[in-house]
Amino acid sequence: MLDKVGIAKRIAQELEDGFYVNLGIGIPTLVANYVPKDISIEFQSENGILGMGPFPIEGTEDADLINAGKQTITALDGAVYFDSATSFAMIRGRHVQLTVLGAMEVSEDGDIANWKIPGKMVKGMGGAMDLVASAENIIVAMMHTNKEGESKILKKCTLPLTGLGCVKKIVTNLAVMEVMSVGGLKLLERAPGVTVQEIQAATEASLLVNGEIPEMQLVS
Amino acid sequence: MIDKVVPNVHIALSGIKDGMTLMLGGFGLCGIPENSIAELVKMKTTRLTCISNNAGVDDFGLGLLLKGKQVKKMISSYVGENEEFERQMLSGELEVDLIPQGSLAERCRAAGSGIPGFYTPAGYGTEVAEGKEVKFFKEKAYVLETALEADFAIVKAWKGDAAGNLIYKATAKNFNPVMAMAGKITVAEVEELLPVGVLDPNQIHTPGIFVQRIFQGKTFEKRIEQRTVR
Repeated sequence: MLDKVGIAKRIAQELEDGFYVNLGIGIPTLVANYVPKDISIEFQSENGILGMGPFPIEGTEDADLINAGKQTITALDGAVYFDSATSFAMIRGRHVQLTVLGAMEVSEDGDIANWKIPGKMVKGMGGAMDLVASAENIIVAMMHTNKEGESKILKKCTLPLTGLGCVKKIVTNLAVMEVMSVGGLKLLERAPGVTVQEIQAATEASLLVNGEIPEMQLVS
Repeated sequence: MIDKVVPNVHIALSGIKDGMTLMLGGFGLCGIPENSIAELVKMKTTRLTCISNNAGVDDFGLGLLLKGKQVKKMISSYVGENEEFERQMLSGELEVDLIPQGSLAERCRAAGSGIPGFYTPAGYGTEVAEGKEVKFFKEKAYVLETALEADFAIVKAWKGDAAGNLIYKATAKNFNPVMAMAGKITVAEVEELLPVGVLDPNQIHTPGIFVQRIFQGKTFEKRIEQRTVR
């Protein structure tokens, strides 16, 4: 079974040379730490920066330089700042090639819910609805089950939706799954030490298991 | 040159009355007009509708207006860092319109650009699209969103000149340029107010035509919400 870092490492393998990438808050943010050395990518943060660098060295934090998670960051050489309308032009206009975000629930049709628990928690959608409605390639990083052990990979989402039929791939602590164009999920990989039966037991959504399912290969 | 300079925040915000709609720039606590917010607290203006991406934190930014029950309605995209906000919203004291961040930005930009509405894919199939016109373009669904207008837009810039031209710093730019375009009256508070001719016209982000009043902020605390280091 993977921890959050493991999920981030596995998602980092999806990055391709030349990609502009938007990382959501939480596990997705960790992906930036595991970019393969032989490719060049740039991170976009929707509050208005392309070319986002690592966290600053202590003492050099700048209140005017943050990411969408409101964390202090740095800007790499070649970085650029822009306003929020321009930022979402990049996103809606599909100039950003990959979006990685977290979710509370995902359905087998690729629906995603991640912004609201009615009556309990309402933080807002931030940029998530714009991102999922437009991105060509959306990967969800999440834990497979909730604290009670119930599946978060469902036939239908129970929480208010963030987007409809938009998720392409799901990477969890147990598995990598693809959302098939005809609906339903296809199991692609198992997390180290996790069996197909365990994944099936933790998945409420229909899960196609075709032949031998390989174990994820993670470089340390 | 049309001189936009006002001597202080008090005069800059004169004319703001109970029940008005205000736009306030900033993302989290980054790039917020903190001098103006402090003045609004003093003015005790109530029943305000505030359009701002976030609602500050409990003791800074727009959180200060919420604490004083000065806000009737918030129009935002993300309000996760404010407990008082969540309490007022869940208890029904505060009306809240949560809208996707890109739609929020574009609705400001549209208002300032004379565009009454536009179609966006964001929110289709979700509760955000309920009651809104949906139109298909090349078999993809889009939701009609309308321009957001404001009696006053209050923005914060790094440098500005007497003509109202503005330059923002780093990611403190965020919503400020689009909101500056949208206000019936736009007030800019700047860290550094310069005479005309000092700023390079090639480098200006917001042309002064969008700004009606400009003043130099007295102090900028520039609080950091999430201090993260390597």
